Amino acid sequence: MLKIKNLHASIDGTDILKGIDLEVKPGEVHAIMGPNGSGKSTLSAVIAGREDYEISQGSIEFVGEDIMDLSPEERAHMGLFLSFQYPVEIPGVSVTNFLKTAINESRKGRGLEAMPAKDMLKAMREKMAMLEMDKSFMSRSINEGFSGGEKKRNEIFQMAMLEPKLAILDETDSGLDIDALRIVANGVNKLRSKDNAIVVITHYQRLLDHIIPDKVHVLFNGKIVKSGDKSLALELESKGYDWIKEEITA
Amino acid sequence: MDILEKVTNSDYKYGFYTKIDSDKAPKGLNEDIIRFISAKKEEPEWMLEWRLDAFRQWQKMEEPNWAHVKYQKPDYQDISYYSAPKKKKSLDSLDEVDPELLKTFEKLGISLDEQKRLTGVAVDVVVDSVSVKTTFREKLAEMGIIFCAISDAVKEYPELVKKYIGTVVPKGDNFFAALNSAVFTDGSFCYIPKGVKCPMELSTYFRINEAGTGQFERTLLIADEGSYVSYLEGCTAPMRDENQLHAAVVELVALDDAEIKYSTVQNWYPGNKEGKGGVFNFVTKRGICERNAKISWTQVETGSAVTWKYPSCILKGDNSIGEFYSVAVTNNYQQADTGTKMIHLGRNTKSTIISKGICAGNSEGSYRGLVKIGPRAQNARNFSECDSLLMGNACGSHTFPYIEIKNKSAKVEHEATTSKIGEDQLFYCNQRGIPTEEAIALIVNGYCKDVLNQLPMEFAVEAQKLLEVSLEGSVG
Repeated sequence: MLKIKNLHASIDGTDILKGIDLEVKPGEVHAIMGPNGSGKSTLSAVIAGREDYEISQGSIEFVGEDIMDLSPEERAHMGLFLSFQYPVEIPGVSVTNFLKTAINESRKGRGLEAMPAKDMLKAMREKMAMLEMDKSFMSRSINEGFSGGEKKRNEIFQMAMLEPKLAILDETDSGLDIDALRIVANGVNKLRSKDNAIVVITHYQRLLDHIIPDKVHVLFNGKIVKSGDKSLALELESKGYDWIKEEITA
Repeated sequence: MDILEKVTNSDYKYGFYTKIDSDKAPKGLNEDIIRFISAKKEEPEWMLEWRLDAFRQWQKMEEPNWAHVKYQKPDYQDISYYSAPKKKKSLDSLDEVDPELLKTFEKLGISLDEQKRLTGVAVDVVVDSVSVKTTFREKLAEMGIIFCAISDAVKEYPELVKKYIGTVVPKGDNFFAALNSAVFTDGSFCYIPKGVKCPMELSTYFRINEAGTGQFERTLLIADEGSYVSYLEGCTAPMRDENQLHAAVVELVALDDAEIKYSTVQNWYPGNKEGKGGVFNFVTKRGICERNAKISWTQVETGSAVTWKYPSCILKGDNSIGEFYSVAVTNNYQQADTGTKMIHLGRNTKSTIISKGICAGNSEGSYRGLVKIGPRAQNARNFSECDSLLMGNACGSHTFPYIEIKNKSAKVEHEATTSKIGEDQLFYCNQRGIPTEEAIALIVNGYCKDVLNQLPMEFAVEAQKLLEVSLEGSVG
């Protein structure tokens, strides 16, 4: 699904990723954990194709294709989805209109006809029910005046509508209260299948109580310094990141 | 009038005829030229006198330079002020038309027949559109609605024209209005009788004798007591015009309990990407509201190299309402200084101003608005919202709000925001599969939604597409 080899990336001359190797197979859920500033958000942005970063070395393969030269929208059309840590507001553009555009542009990118409005509305209603979202959501301007929890729920709603092959959830748990966390996690779990994969990027372990990862990686100073199963997340929770730092420097 | 003067005038008029080519006045502006125009239009004496008076006032005026625009002032003696309605060179097929233009037509979704009409390709009689026009005219006439060219109105309805022309925009109102008053040759006249609700959107498209866009258009629209009309001006198709200077005047009169909705889409040639060429659009638009009357201006301005335009409302009658909804887009080297004036004179008068500026490229966009509350205007209310959206780092956006309040009971609110289409917004859209051009269109349309919602339905759809075309290639 996703194969990253020796990835180095920098922004404005500062090296942030210093040789990342990561392989995610269909059906797997990976968690990437790490302290602030370790490069977690940079990694997700680089995979999604954000142009602000300079990539000096390495490669990214997605569904067997080299995507290094593809635009963010081309990667999205292939089935790559990024749930943003800070989803942006677009005043005057309703959730419905935004999603309609996103879905139909993605379909166009894959050479498909636009989705009939009736089907789209039906799918929207189903997914909103799944995420316990109010119908009024559909006509609100996207992310404008949304609470932190509403923004994150809206991200997962879009993920549900776009049905990606690989979803990267960047700090989806931040800003969520316990109830919202449970609803969002349930939504994500319902979207899990043997054909798709999820990468959860998080600072804390609490989201991983709900979304159980197959693999856990610790990102530190631009490198994956430790990988393991879900017990690694619990170990991090109890020992803190300092434990990792000491282990590396020792 | 002095007999002697009359004789000399008419003598001169005849003499004049022999001197020049009858279809085109020589360059320059003087009283003889104005007499020539008036004679060509077979106007009554009072109209000529009115023009001459305007001209004499204009001569004493100076071209304004307070607007936030820079341009080479036209040489007013180097312009020909009259030419007979031009027949566009007839082409045999669309293959002869500039392919750039055709591409734009396609993007705007303009039908083939319409494309031909706009570019001057000979069309076999389009039965449908002819019959539609005739049906429309018959229906309007039945209701007593007058809708015709202003030059016909001067001859056929002199009492109405005489009563109202220059009452909202006086001859000497400003430099460009005075010039227009002296030399106007084209434009629309519309009268809605008492209590009549005009059943369709009146658009210049359906006016008979339409001969392209006039350089000095003059529009006079009168809604008698209790009547309603929605009027559409302009079209979304690109208008290539060889006249560089346009100085139009629009006067709206809304009598007691009447309502006028006036929508404009302006898409004149903005000049090329380096800022060469393009139309100078210096327009005076103003309406007067009597008791309980309402005037709404809605405009989507994407064209012209330089725009100077402030559609205004004089809220004279008690309980009258003025509204101004505007989207002004500037790209490349375009400059626009536009806004409105809301003059509250009557009691309980209300006004709303929603202005959305969009600047891209090296352009400059300014909002300039005046809200004036007179001493008699008890309980006047105004709400203004002026937003600017910037794209890139080379454009400039400015807001010049003026507020004058002479009555303590007034409530005036002003909100202004400036934002940029951010990299973050674009990346967010891109990540969801929306390419950058489409993302810009989506963001811009969302930003303009409050104004586009005011446009009649089919116009709104075209205006949305027009915004997309105008901003193409403005980012990255």
